[in-house]
Amino acid sequence: MNIIDVVLLAMMVITALAVVRMRNLFAAVMLLGIFSLLSASLYALLDAVDVAFTEAAVGAGISTVLMLGTLALTGEREKKPHRPAWLPLVVVVVTGAALLYGTFDMPLYGDPNDPIHKHVADRYIERSGQEVGTPNIVTSVLASYRGFDTLGEVTVIFTAGVGVLALLGRGALSRRRRLNKEDDR
Amino acid sequence: MFGAVAAALLVAMGMAIIRALKGPTVFDRILSVNTFGTKTVLLIAVIGFLQKRPDFLDIALVYALINFITTIAVLKFFEFSHLGTPIGEEEAEDL
Repeated sequence: MNIIDVVLLAMMVITALAVVRMRNLFAAVMLLGIFSLLSASLYALLDAVDVAFTEAAVGAGISTVLMLGTLALTGEREKKPHRPAWLPLVVVVVTGAALLYGTFDMPLYGDPNDPIHKHVADRYIERSGQEVGTPNIVTSVLASYRGFDTLGEVTVIFTAGVGVLALLGRGALSRRRRLNKEDDR
Repeated sequence: MFGAVAAALLVAMGMAIIRALKGPTVFDRILSVNTFGTKTVLLIAVIGFLQKRPDFLDIALVYALINFITTIAVLKFFEFSHLGTPIGEEEAEDL
């Protein structure tokens, strides 16, 4: 397993450096697609298959399409910068170092003494059958124990859907109305 | 056995990356991303067997579908240089 991890991470580093150096923006978009496919395979290796799936759908699918749509409006080549931008580099390096420092507090991967294994998981596994009554533990956690959390998520998704409808649906609706008027005439 | 397959897939992925980096024309790059997506699907399937959990297989199938959609979007972008017909006055007249 470890060799696969190392090779995938090395490929990610190469792709990321190439994206930064690349002046042809179309090639950069293609390389970003490869980058997100690589991170999706890493997530799959870490057993987070659902996260990997989201990464592949959003990173490799939707954002590639969105970035290509932007390229159609702007242009394919990036201009050369006049001078090196030192301040952003310093900010990025400091932020990255702080994030790396933060990871030292995290429990080891797969450690049985993690808080996530010690906290409430046992109770869910043992009692959810009587307390909620669904055969699937994940369902009982999502719908009952963390019901408020799920309600919030559903609200966010609903708001996003309403926003998309308000932005995109209006044109189609007015067009249909206009066509109906022409038919009446 | 599966380890050898995984190694071969990683080598193929590396070669696809090299083609995406060098690729003189855009079509080299499109093809390399498409190949890379296929290799990712295969790698996930092989990882499933390596970890003795072949239930990753259906997820690999969904990956293949996403890969297909992306390639179609990219090619459409190249054919028409935009991604779809905007809802404008002319189209409404045509309908």
